[in-house]
Amino acid sequence: MLSIAPPVMSGFDEMFAREGAVRPHYSSYHGWLLGQSNSLLLRKRQEAELLFHRVGITFNVYGEESGAERLIPFDVVPRIIPEQEWRHLEQGTAQRVRALNRFLDDIYHGQDIIRAGRIPADQIYGNAHYQPCMQDVDLPNQVYSHVSGVDLIRDGKGTWYVLEDNLRTPSGVSYMIENRRVMMRLFPELFAGQSVAPVEHYPSLLLDTLQHSSAVAYPTVVLLTPGRFNSAYFEHAFLAQQMGIELVEGADLFVKDAFVYMRTTAGPQRVDVIYRRIDDDFLDPLAFNPESMLGVPGLLSVYRQGNVVLANAIGSGVGDDKSIYPYVPEMIRFYLGEEPILENVPTRLCRRPEDLEYVLEHLPELVVKEVHGAGGYGMLVGPAASREEIESFRQRLRARPDNYIAQPTLSLSTCPIFVEQGIAPRHIDLRPFVLSDGRDTRMVPGGLTRVAMNAGSLVVNSSQGGGTKDTWVVEAPSC
Amino acid sequence: MLSRTASDLYWLSRFIERAENTARMLDVAWNLSMMSFVTNPRDEMMAPLMITGTNELFMSRHDQVRVRDVLHFFTLDEDNPGSIFNCLRLARENGHAVRGKITGEMWESINSTWLELRELRRGGLDQFGVSAFFEWVKNRSHLFRGATYGTIMRNDAFRFLRIGTFIERADNTARILDVKYQIGAADGGETLDFYRWHALLTSVGAYESYRELYSEAINADRVAELLILGAEVPRSLRSCMKMLCEMLPAIEGEAGQTAKRLAAVQFARLQYGDLEHILEIGLHDYLTDFLRRVNELADTIREEYLEVV
Repeated sequence: MLSIAPPVMSGFDEMFAREGAVRPHYSSYHGWLLGQSNSLLLRKRQEAELLFHRVGITFNVYGEESGAERLIPFDVVPRIIPEQEWRHLEQGTAQRVRALNRFLDDIYHGQDIIRAGRIPADQIYGNAHYQPCMQDVDLPNQVYSHVSGVDLIRDGKGTWYVLEDNLRTPSGVSYMIENRRVMMRLFPELFAGQSVAPVEHYPSLLLDTLQHSSAVAYPTVVLLTPGRFNSAYFEHAFLAQQMGIELVEGADLFVKDAFVYMRTTAGPQRVDVIYRRIDDDFLDPLAFNPESMLGVPGLLSVYRQGNVVLANAIGSGVGDDKSIYPYVPEMIRFYLGEEPILENVPTRLCRRPEDLEYVLEHLPELVVKEVHGAGGYGMLVGPAASREEIESFRQRLRARPDNYIAQPTLSLSTCPIFVEQGIAPRHIDLRPFVLSDGRDTRMVPGGLTRVAMNAGSLVVNSSQGGGTKDTWVVEAPSC
Repeated sequence: MLSRTASDLYWLSRFIERAENTARMLDVAWNLSMMSFVTNPRDEMMAPLMITGTNELFMSRHDQVRVRDVLHFFTLDEDNPGSIFNCLRLARENGHAVRGKITGEMWESINSTWLELRELRRGGLDQFGVSAFFEWVKNRSHLFRGATYGTIMRNDAFRFLRIGTFIERADNTARILDVKYQIGAADGGETLDFYRWHALLTSVGAYESYRELYSEAINADRVAELLILGAEVPRSLRSCMKMLCEMLPAIEGEAGQTAKRLAAVQFARLQYGDLEHILEIGLHDYLTDFLRRVNELADTIREEYLEVV
């Protein structure tokens, strides 16, 4: 018999309602789960690991021995979202990305939002990701963030919040697709039983988005990767293959007569769109970091002349910075004239003296993050930190208050996962992906659900031992 | 196709071919070293070191040639760049880099080969069995070739994979033949001689071909003829050059004129060559010249197609 541990009653669980009753959209799955055994699920999990290893779905961890490969832990219990709820999330994330693209176009042109006094100018100009070289550069369709990842969480009451936006090189979409493929291989009977919205057409939507981002009629699209030692290399290779485009490294490209070419066995071939998975700083050693071996000398100049499209645009990072995040609801009102569909997590900016004072007084109960940080590095989770950690963080905060923001510790919602003892709840988040090419935003239903694999932990980042599970958007059973 | 991709594909198949040929060569040397009439088993184990030109590297770490050490050196030794372990590691690395250009089944075959090898290495050669290991390497190479043939499109990716295979095979067959011929020339002994040539043919999988093509007893000249000029033998120098002559001109675009010419010239020399002429030159000199030409062709392919700089 499979033992199913009850959820933590103080929080929100995706499968079980407060009284322990199964939520309607999980009833079919839960019924199936009751008929399974520990040993069967264990075997299925091992089978899944074998499949992931076989197709080489591994990732490299920064700081570990070069080339060390690990599997991201995969959980066999799906995270299920009712279709109606998904529509709400879809509208909310799409609205947000539309506003962020308008914002990026605005700050690199007329800067209406600054002149209207909605965002302080120094928040833009002082931002590490603001790129002066992009000022007054006109991009096709005014699109900056072609591929956006919006991280969503739910608090103890089940309310959805946007935790952060990712407008630079958001990753994880390959896991969304491979998780689904593996689940369909392991549990075909579950997919026969109910209608789970498909996600595997994402690469074709992405290719279409990239092709439409260029004014060239039949553009040559490539994916630019830092190379096989990058943590997301598997994803780069996977997406390039699924889209049928070349996976290139910086050394494969060169600039000549104001165009970008790639070196092929048949001679140079012109490149029109670069889906780049390299940060701004490394794109062009002539314009940015001169030490970069990953980029293409002269790329920026071609880009500014409009002879190549970069997705996402140089300088998009100014829109997903944690210090800009608190202003996104204001952007939605300013550019779209709409009320935000999804809420922000209440955020304190430590650059404001009154906020800093509050944060310093409440450190043990807050989550404090570096404004430019990512991947769960450089953050303090107050309730989980030791007294020493809090004190040392206090020093850093005082030294550079503008480098930090603080948010209340939200108890992320939980979803059951399979562990040695059976089924137990763990905290999760959700990253849907939004595609923009100026015509409209498009998404596949679902996204990547990340799981904090340790009981009680709130850190879902794969670089910190987080795992993933398949995300199902299902039609609610008619009742 | 990207030059770098072509290069990775080319080296992927070269390393797999090299691993297979190393296993074949070693299998034979090891079997011979155990024959009752072989007075000095070390002589037989010297052959693989001479063939691959690694005797200096080997002797820098071992005071004498022991069967066990040579086996380790060529199979699981991390410090020998030409060991089967390193060949398969590099093949997998190259495969990883072009993960998107090969089929899922090809990648699974390379990747699971690597995972099994790492597992197998933990137990060591003794636990797995020496013969079983060589069989395993050959089978993994067969599997990769089968997956390649059965699943990949006949495009430039396929061609560069084949080009890598035949450059490596041409080189390896010529070396195996050269060294065995020299050992054979050094001392007589009819029985030993028979077994040596028999072993050589087996190592390149051509024993059955010999039996089918020649009615006479196995002798050095016929073996040389078969492995250099044999049109029907898939590992002969002629067959390797024929495949290169088919593959190179089929690559899209106008690049590679010199490579195509070099391959065509070399193929013509083999296609219209005869044994008497070769023996006149002397087999060793002939093979030395052939190896130089294969090297020149490989360098030209690198310059004209694969060089990223």
